[in-house]
Amino acid sequence: MNAPAFSTDEMMTVTAARRLADGAVCFVGIGLPSTAANLARLTHAPRAVLIYESGPIGTRPDVLPLSIGDGELAQTADTVVATPEIFRYWLQGGRVDVGFLGTAQIDRYANLNTTVIGDYHAPKVRLPGAGGAPEIAANAREVLVIVKQSRRSFVDRLDFVTSVGHGEGGDHRERLRLPGRGPVAVITDLCVLEPDPRTRELTVVSLHPGVSREQVAQATGWPLRFADALVETASPRAQELATLRDLHARTAQAHGGPSGADA
Amino acid sequence: MADILELSEAIATHVQDGDFVALEGFTHLIPFAAGHELIRQRRRDLTLVRMTPDLIYDQLIGAGCASKLIYSWGGNPGVGSLHRLRDAVEQQWPRPLQTQEHSHADLANAYVAGAAGLPFAVLRAYAGSDLPKVNPRIRFIECPFTGESLAAVPALRPDVAVIHAQKADRRGNVLLWGILGVQKEAALAARRVIVTVEEIVDDLQAWPNACILPAWTVSAVCHVPGGAAPSYALGYYPRDNRFYNAWDAIARDRDRFAQWIQRHVLETEDFAGFRRALDRSSREAA
Repeated sequence: MNAPAFSTDEMMTVTAARRLADGAVCFVGIGLPSTAANLARLTHAPRAVLIYESGPIGTRPDVLPLSIGDGELAQTADTVVATPEIFRYWLQGGRVDVGFLGTAQIDRYANLNTTVIGDYHAPKVRLPGAGGAPEIAANAREVLVIVKQSRRSFVDRLDFVTSVGHGEGGDHRERLRLPGRGPVAVITDLCVLEPDPRTRELTVVSLHPGVSREQVAQATGWPLRFADALVETASPRAQELATLRDLHARTAQAHGGPSGADA
Repeated sequence: MADILELSEAIATHVQDGDFVALEGFTHLIPFAAGHELIRQRRRDLTLVRMTPDLIYDQLIGAGCASKLIYSWGGNPGVGSLHRLRDAVEQQWPRPLQTQEHSHADLANAYVAGAAGLPFAVLRAYAGSDLPKVNPRIRFIECPFTGESLAAVPALRPDVAVIHAQKADRRGNVLLWGILGVQKEAALAARRVIVTVEEIVDDLQAWPNACILPAWTVSAVCHVPGGAAPSYALGYYPRDNRFYNAWDAIARDRDRFAQWIQRHVLETEDFAGFRRALDRSSREAA
């Protein structure tokens, strides 16, 4: 068997990028979501509008930001507004099509934990916290999640619900009267999951090339459901890979080291 | 009119032990020089608020200046944990630190309420999140018109807000551009305001909406070139990403951190002295 011409990280990033439609207004989280959103903008979605919580709207960075408020984001934006305005007028005002989020932990209903592993008051691991995520998850018309899949990240029960996905499943989001539809896809380094239309439980809809059902089930902390019409995720095209690699190379050069894209 | 003061004098005059202090700047224009001056003057029992406590709060907490932290995202952006913050929360070193945790949208709105003279902010937030379970300051109210449940959070009214900006004129009108963060809201919510700036000029020569704070809203303006380093000042200098990466190893170890603070902050006279000490350290390491 030939070695794959792309890494699992590249497979994940390209697959996530493809989910962002051209022209969509996207509220971008730092790290993997930022990489995927910018790859989308540099490939099939040149008119995507990227918004970062630090205030830039319609930003077109040439290199990936190391942090959420890098100067590159301000200098290439259509406009830069104050942080309260981003959350009040733009997100809460209903102007965001897609929230693009990463997470430390996710459960079967795509609820997200970025706060703490273990007990809140006596944590095993203290994570950075909420940032903009709870309100992005609630208010964006739909949410994309990108996260590496393992038993540490895909857990049966979250230690803490920082940002709501589909709550306890079913019509829980509607009962909470949340404005957005919530997570519509979770893209990992192994597969793509989508919520079941009725129960909202995450279901594997496509496996990345060379990945088995067993491998995905092994990397998941609950009995995982697979769609009847399970397909293989389309491999990255040469142009997508070249664009992503150029972006990483420029970023590494600009920041004088690793891009911090996975931090 | 704002007083044009030396930074040491502004901190000595306007910040007392036990004060509620906001040092803001969203990645951009973080007031590092003013934070160091708080450490140098050994302020204690401060309640610190900041949306993104980064390295400057790691330093203030590790130096024992704070007893409480109000925040919404605590990390070294793109690098990892804030080890001094974690040590204070997990091991009470060098002293216990009470924390009160919110989301960004919440704190941004809480500053707006403070600036607007309202007792609380209302926002569509937190439905389905566990944060209200661990923070009793987050409550819910019913909209009197639609019946919708909305989050209510108390306004932030700091004793002192400290920000860094690109320019001020000699009267103390403040110009700031690029990533704006919550600096204007924090300043207008606070009772006293200290602004450090890259330059003081005769005439701002700016478009009318570029002046974010008129002089009469500011207590003191201090000329501190480079005062936001290792964060950045758009148009003046870039973010020193190497320092953010290097901080991880310094902050991981209590002794190494204590020596770093001693040598670079406590034993230096001002921010220019800090930067000279930092240069000496990097030459020795090279």
